[in-house]
Amino acid sequence: MHFENHIPIYLQIIELIKKQVILGILKPGDKLESVREFAAEIKVNPNTVQKAYQEMEREGLAYSQRGIGRFIVEDESLVKQLRHDASKLIIEDFISKMTEIGYSNDEILDRLKAKLNGG
Amino acid sequence: MIALEVKNLNKRYMFVKALNDFSVTFEKGKIIGLLGPNGSGKTTLMRILSGLLQKTSGEIRFETKLKGKLLKQTVAYMPTESHLYPWMKVKQTINFYESFFAGFDRSKVLKAIEVLDLSPNATIKSLSTGQRGRLKVALTLARKAELYLIDEPLNGIDPISRDMILEMLASEVADDKCIVISSHLVHEFEKIVDDVIFIRKGRLELMGDAETLRNERQMSIHDLYKEVYKND
Repeated sequence: MHFENHIPIYLQIIELIKKQVILGILKPGDKLESVREFAAEIKVNPNTVQKAYQEMEREGLAYSQRGIGRFIVEDESLVKQLRHDASKLIIEDFISKMTEIGYSNDEILDRLKAKLNGG
Repeated sequence: MIALEVKNLNKRYMFVKALNDFSVTFEKGKIIGLLGPNGSGKTTLMRILSGLLQKTSGEIRFETKLKGKLLKQTVAYMPTESHLYPWMKVKQTINFYESFFAGFDRSKVLKAIEVLDLSPNATIKSLSTGQRGRLKVALTLARKAELYLIDEPLNGIDPISRDMILEMLASEVADDKCIVISSHLVHEFEKIVDDVIFIRKGRLELMGDAETLRNERQMSIHDLYKEVYKND
């Protein structure tokens, strides 16, 4: 697993898990790996995974059951929501980069349409 | 929980001030990166804390007052140079450690050397630098202690052994101990340290939680390191 070192690692772990939910690798209601297992797998400090899990609980993405473990919330709209959030970030990034090199909104739309139509 | 508190620690060699009013607190449950270039005072600090070197002045406070034997059961120091006997076999070295350190966890080190792909029958002198580096860390972590001082564990070590050592260190995080790792190879430790301490010319330059520092400064610990020491 590759992490960017200039961004807090726990945030990148949360993004990684969100992506797994979007891709269906993790499903609503699935149990998350234990802190130590997951830390060993992605080669980070277990405290960092702990922090990521706690933050996910705070965000309402996961919940813990005492003595059993942590789970992804059983919310059917979750995948849709995460997918929507992820697409928003990608689009915002795309638009800001296009604007930076001088494209107007109409031009961006035209370029996008042309590309999607196989241009 | 605090593992150790250091207050206004000074160490003077004949003409050099190796530590200059150095104060720091180490908390249990964490891995702490003690970072700084060569000659900044990292090894001096570790050697004083492990009782191998006398301080000039200052205060060192553990949970309870410790001296001699008891100190050695609380602090496990791994020197950066090779301190193992070259003529011994790996298993003899393990026996040696077991007889030397009370509470040494033999089964832990045996499990570790299997994971680390080290043969118990190999002699120390036949091991590569990387293999020796792996063994040294495994031996140190099998000691019973509250504070582990690991001096430059990655110096001169190949990338595969480096990864093994880093994984071994990261998996050791526990509420009842504090692991301090000194290094100037900052990049390698980014993913495994909780807190970082920058030491510069014997003084504490900067200390903080690694994730908070990344967040506040929008840079890696490695880049922060370069900024702190750029004029040295």
